[in-house]
Amino acid sequence: MLKGQNGCATKPINLAKIATDYAAQTKKLARRVVICAGTGCVANGSLKVYRAFVEGIAKAGLPVVTELTGKQGTLVDGILVSRSGCQGFCQMGPLVTVEPDGILYTRVKEKDVAEIIEQTLKRNEVIDRLLFVNPADGKHCHGQNDIPFYTRQHRMVLKACGNVDPEDINEYIRNSGYAAAEKAYVKMTAQSVCEEITFAALRGRGGGGFPTGKKWELTRIQPGEKKYVICNGDEGDPGAFMDRSVMEGNPHSVIEGMMIAALAIGADEGYVYVRAEYPLAVKRIRKAVVEAERLGLLGDDIFDSGKNFRLHVMEGAGAFVCGEETALMASIEGKRGTPRPKPPFPAQSGLWGKPTVINNVETLATVPLIINMGAAEFRRLGTKGSPGTKTFALTGHVANTGLIEVPFGATLREIIFEIGGGIIDDAGKPFPGGFKAVQIGGPSGGCLIEEHLDLPLDFDSLRGVGAMVGSGGLVVMNKNTCMVKMARFFMQFTQNESCGKCVLCREGTKQMLALLDDIIAGEATEETISLLREVALAVQKGSLCGLGKTAPNPVLSTLRNFRAEVEAHIVQKRCPAGQCKALVMPEIIAEKCKGCTACVKKCPVGAISGEVKKPHRIDPEKCIKCGACAQVCKFGAVVGV
Amino acid sequence: MNAKTTLTIDNREVRIEGEKNLLELARKAGIDIPTFCYHSSLSVYGACRLCLVDIEGRGIVTSCSTKPEPGMKIRTHTEEIRGMRKIAVELLLASHEQNCPTCAKNTTCELQKLARKLGVGEVRFKPTLRPQPLDRTSASLVRNPNKCILCGDCVRACAEIQGIGAIDFAGRGANSCVVPAFGKNLDEVECVNCGLCASVCPTGALTPKSEIEAVWKDLDNPEKTVVVQIAPAVRVALGEAFGLEPGKIETGRIVAGLKALGFDQVYDTCFAADLTVLEEATEFIARKTVGEKLPQFTSCCPAWVKYAEQFYPGLLPNLSSCRSPQQMFGSLAKKILPEKLGVKRENLSIVSVMPCTAKKFEAKLDKFRRDGMPDVDHVLTTQEAARMFEEAGIRFRDLAPQSMDMPLGFKTGAGVIFGASGGVTEAALRYAVEKIKGVELDAVDFHEVRGEAGLREAEYNLDGLQIKVAIVHGLANAKKLAEAAARGECAYDFIEVMACPGGCVAGAGQPVSKEPTTRAERTAALYEADKMLQLHKSQDNHLVAECYQKHLGEIGGHKSHELLHTSYRSRRRICGESLSLLDGAQGEKLKVSVCVGTSCFVRGSQKILEALVKHVQENSLENLVDVQATFCFERCGDGPNVRVGETVIGKCDITTAIKAVEEKLAAAKS
Amino acid sequence: MTAATENQTRFRHFAKVCEILSKHDHMPSKLIPILQEVQEEYRYLPQEVLTFVATSLDIPPAQVYGVATFYAHFTLKPKGKYVIRLCDGTACHVRGSNGIHQALLKRLNLTETCNTTPDMLFTVETVSCLGACGLAPVIVINEDVHGQMTPESALKLVDDIFLQENVN
Ligand SMILES: Cc1cc2nc3c(=O)[nH]c(=O)nc-3n(C[C@H](O)[C@H](O)[C@H](O)COP(=O)(O)O)c2cc1C
Ligand code: SF4
Ligand code: SF4
Ligand code: FES
Ligand code: FES
Repeated sequence: MLKGQNGCATKPINLAKIATDYAAQTKKLARRVVICAGTGCVANGSLKVYRAFVEGIAKAGLPVVTELTGKQGTLVDGILVSRSGCQGFCQMGPLVTVEPDGILYTRVKEKDVAEIIEQTLKRNEVIDRLLFVNPADGKHCHGQNDIPFYTRQHRMVLKACGNVDPEDINEYIRNSGYAAAEKAYVKMTAQSVCEEITFAALRGRGGGGFPTGKKWELTRIQPGEKKYVICNGDEGDPGAFMDRSVMEGNPHSVIEGMMIAALAIGADEGYVYVRAEYPLAVKRIRKAVVEAERLGLLGDDIFDSGKNFRLHVMEGAGAFVCGEETALMASIEGKRGTPRPKPPFPAQSGLWGKPTVINNVETLATVPLIINMGAAEFRRLGTKGSPGTKTFALTGHVANTGLIEVPFGATLREIIFEIGGGIIDDAGKPFPGGFKAVQIGGPSGGCLIEEHLDLPLDFDSLRGVGAMVGSGGLVVMNKNTCMVKMARFFMQFTQNESCGKCVLCREGTKQMLALLDDIIAGEATEETISLLREVALAVQKGSLCGLGKTAPNPVLSTLRNFRAEVEAHIVQKRCPAGQCKALVMPEIIAEKCKGCTACVKKCPVGAISGEVKKPHRIDPEKCIKCGACAQVCKFGAVVGV
Repeated sequence: MNAKTTLTIDNREVRIEGEKNLLELARKAGIDIPTFCYHSSLSVYGACRLCLVDIEGRGIVTSCSTKPEPGMKIRTHTEEIRGMRKIAVELLLASHEQNCPTCAKNTTCELQKLARKLGVGEVRFKPTLRPQPLDRTSASLVRNPNKCILCGDCVRACAEIQGIGAIDFAGRGANSCVVPAFGKNLDEVECVNCGLCASVCPTGALTPKSEIEAVWKDLDNPEKTVVVQIAPAVRVALGEAFGLEPGKIETGRIVAGLKALGFDQVYDTCFAADLTVLEEATEFIARKTVGEKLPQFTSCCPAWVKYAEQFYPGLLPNLSSCRSPQQMFGSLAKKILPEKLGVKRENLSIVSVMPCTAKKFEAKLDKFRRDGMPDVDHVLTTQEAARMFEEAGIRFRDLAPQSMDMPLGFKTGAGVIFGASGGVTEAALRYAVEKIKGVELDAVDFHEVRGEAGLREAEYNLDGLQIKVAIVHGLANAKKLAEAAARGECAYDFIEVMACPGGCVAGAGQPVSKEPTTRAERTAALYEADKMLQLHKSQDNHLVAECYQKHLGEIGGHKSHELLHTSYRSRRRICGESLSLLDGAQGEKLKVSVCVGTSCFVRGSQKILEALVKHVQENSLENLVDVQATFCFERCGDGPNVRVGETVIGKCDITTAIKAVEEKLAAAKS
Repeated sequence: MTAATENQTRFRHFAKVCEILSKHDHMPSKLIPILQEVQEEYRYLPQEVLTFVATSLDIPPAQVYGVATFYAHFTLKPKGKYVIRLCDGTACHVRGSNGIHQALLKRLNLTETCNTTPDMLFTVETVSCLGACGLAPVIVINEDVHGQMTPESALKLVDDIFLQENVN
């Protein structure tokens, strides 16, 4: 049967054939050079590296392949140069993988390409200089298999990111892509899909951890012809970029997840709402949708099931709050992205008043995996309450930053010290014993401290200690970080991003920020803490949406875990981390002072006095904390600025 | 009670009887849950967070957005909730201009009331207000952004009830504000001055513009003779300002109070309403007889008139050409009183007491001035009149009723019911039916046109003449009929439009009442007043008849047209709406505008625009011609429309447009 | 620019706006993509154009203004030719984005509120997280992402632009 319309797909789609054709076509490929084209690596010049490979290989007289057209019969032969999504280890980018050898070159520059072609591609030699060196033992790591950053992870959702070419649907299909969708559409019913996902106990990765199967089932049983599926790709938590990587690196997995969700609830239309700051993700998702439509995976009568599903891609316009589901729907409807009270929940009355399922990118990307491996198998991973894996964006003061994926139940210690390679100082040098805290879940999360390092991470355990998985940002902080300033930073963020609709959030964040500013400026009194706590609790309990309800978390967790540090600011007017400028007080250490008088001359307000060759002192009344003395002192005798 | 239909609030069992939300249910049970952003006739917004209640097992939720469910156990004032409400009010106060004693809403402000009720003893937060300038440009309203608590009531009222959306939220987070488009002034946008926003605003952010000082000035001026007219709806509401029940007819005390203030004569707008009935019904009968310009829309609501001028210029011929009773009164009074009272026209000051803010705007229109003097000099709202009584120390309750001055104080019940939605129609019917049938009516009440529904209709067969009337209130309801009429698909002959829901009794100039029953009580009182009067039909008003004899001549005649009728013009909705596409030298240029509104666009107006721009450029006419894209001339049926100079060319094409431009240029040259 | 080419540009812009509106079937629900595309055309959202869009979609101008001022990506003021967006997300903040911001403002003689140079060459803004935290601190100049910045390397980028602009 031939679907005539604008040269559309031949039906039925034969995924197996596409895969075998593709495999047959590519079997003669000698080698494959995969250049990471995730945002991080692109920023570091990976596209130049890509071009250098294409040109260089051709110049070296080797056959180079850049595109697999997937047309039948054509046998491609040579070295395939392809681009992948983010491979996770952005900090070491641009990353270049040579397959099938499994060599991973890091920090590859354009000028290194000729050498790689010459030595590795032609002579099968590994270039040590470009390998990752394990800082722990100084050994060169050959590839993902021996780099601790990777070996400690369990990459499932992210597995294909960094392997497959995100712009080539055939590659996705070759790696059993769309098999889960086929299984669902051909062999399963809406109800059985819901049951399977419920049995898998999959929980939403968008922050709340709501059981996905239950959400689908609730939507499925709603009456009404018209329903929607929305993929929430508005990832706005500062410090998180997991969803971006999935959309950039494996867009088809998201589409496949949405197809399955659509079948499960009976929707025929869907939206992918992507944050505007992610142009590459938008581009790749758009392209993937077109490709899927071309093959008839999206459109009418999918897999001859009689079911239709159409997908639109919408770009956000810069509002964090649009990650909140009701705000996101308002935004799709062309309105100001302000949340509305729930109930009614989206499952009852969502987009344009129709029952709607809204899921996070990662949640949806996990769905095909579950359908393929089976719910029982899936539940073996992770913890009982939170099966499966979770991606985290590991950033801050750790040696290895990047995107990681671990099963639920992994501990912070494993993540920070084994995968992350430990704490670093502000200059990037190892800082043993420098761990102070880790902020989990972004500005809506909380900070965890030393005593939480061995807590198995999952939705429930984190909630138990007043934090949350959130979107999965993990920002590690070393001992030089002032927690009051950190709390202020997060409060500034939520205050900026508050939609302004509800009183407690709009005005409450403003006042919490002002109170934190007082503390930092040394103007706080004993009452400040109790007032801060009082507002924080009211905002937490009384706000309209999740943004307001979680905005006080950083404040509350700082008050809980770092009470002494906060009090030091207020009572002793001292910032233990030495970060709050208004609270520093330069002091001359008598033992170190040689009495050279250099500082006396430099001080703009004449606050320093003392006899020549005798220890000097600073008059705290006069001092304006400019730090000029500390700069000029050759003996390091001035401290505290 | 049956547990399946009840829930408990504060340990009391309450039956669920179809209440929309817990808030209404609690109110029924006698518990007033505080709110800023809930309004029973508007959509639920859920932003003020004051209406929080605790539901066992569910935690703290907003009662305005929660449906009652059987078996719920609700507590409305736990320690936690009281604390949170206090914090919310305290937070609002910190970002609010705190000068209550001098605020227009002092003692009626909800924020002030709640701060007191909830026992907010101090504001512990730093003030965060960044003062913004006030907008006093509107003739009817004052907007003080420094008092806005962003509850959005006004936004929803304007959009949902009036279908206008003249003001909306802008900005985000701490920068959120409620403003007209682009932060313009109210007088530059499509606001129709109905004042609904001010009547729902809980604070002093939107208030009717006061003319009290100007009135005092005239009263204090010994040269001036100051007369006052009072509108029908005023008499059933003014007492509320002095704690009297809504729906008490207070005409006598109001007259006495106004006299005590120093007004020389106190007259009744109902007299003019009787005039309106005769003129408008006559106009209608004429139109109906020849079957043109139907449906006829009423024109006594100035908010509706401005709305029509802005959004339906094509329907302006369908509006009755009658002035509103206020303006009929003004022009007539300025005509006859100088002689009667022995004053110079310029020393006669006419003040009206109106339930309405739009009347302030209306009175200031140029078309209602004669010899440089306005027909109505000042318009006070009911609230302002009450305030003047207070200022003068008049103990309203203790006043001995007095009666109106004659002749302009004499009225029939038909004039009185003008104050309620449906009243104009009923009054007109009392005249028209008699007129058409030629026999006296035995029953004057037309109950089918009364009521609360947003759209009501009735049909009459008058000796074979079929007449279909409709009554709408709230401009969003009017919009539906106007749309249909503009498409030529409207089956009605006569349509009464009042912008305010309920009509003038619930106008924005009336004392604001939070009681849902007030409107109905005031309306009932008006019909009661009708009953109490001897006469119920405008044609029976002998003083009106005398007035025709002496001054106006025939009903609908030449003289009455001059004094009692008016004309309309199409109006821009928003300043600066055209998009200039050509820029040559400054100075006098021929303005050519091409409508690119949807329907003209579909009919190819863009091609015309393109061709015109090309023509101008090729012939180097930039210094002579200014080509603009505009929309919409509201003649969509005739599209594409092009305006060259002052002429609008319908069904235009490229050749016609260029020819017209060339002709105008040639004419200008010679 | 001469008056004639200026007029042509205006007309081309306008034709484009009409095209955008038709492409979205004059649907009010498409307001956000419409504004995005209009902004791409004009590089900001001129007031008259917004009024035009509102009327064409048959929605109140105040609503369009409300939407345009809600989202950070829309700008009602023209921006510079080079928009430098500095990430101030958590990771970048922790790694010292503020210093870079200050350095840029100082170099270009701007402040946080007055953030476009008078010659319309540069606009400096901060954004919350560009999602390239692995490379913190990050700045984006128009579409190009630059990672692991220092105040010095950021200023170098600005200087390069100056050079390039002067050559042209
Ligand atoms: C302020 C705020 C921001 C949010 N941002 C996101 C986001 O960027 N991505 C996301 O998937 N969910 C976000 N959420 C959660 C969503 O509202 C919603 O719960 C989620 O998309 C549901 O998907 P899940 O069940 O798959 O987690 C946010 C919630 C709030 C309150
Ligand atoms: S006066 Fe009426 S039209 Fe004007 S803004 Fe208020 S509600 Fe809207
Ligand atoms: S003006 Fe009044 S009604 Fe409107 S949002 Fe402000 S406080 Fe509320
Ligand atoms: S972008 Fe290349 S590893 Fe993240
Ligand atoms: S009345 Fe419920 S939130 Fe305002």
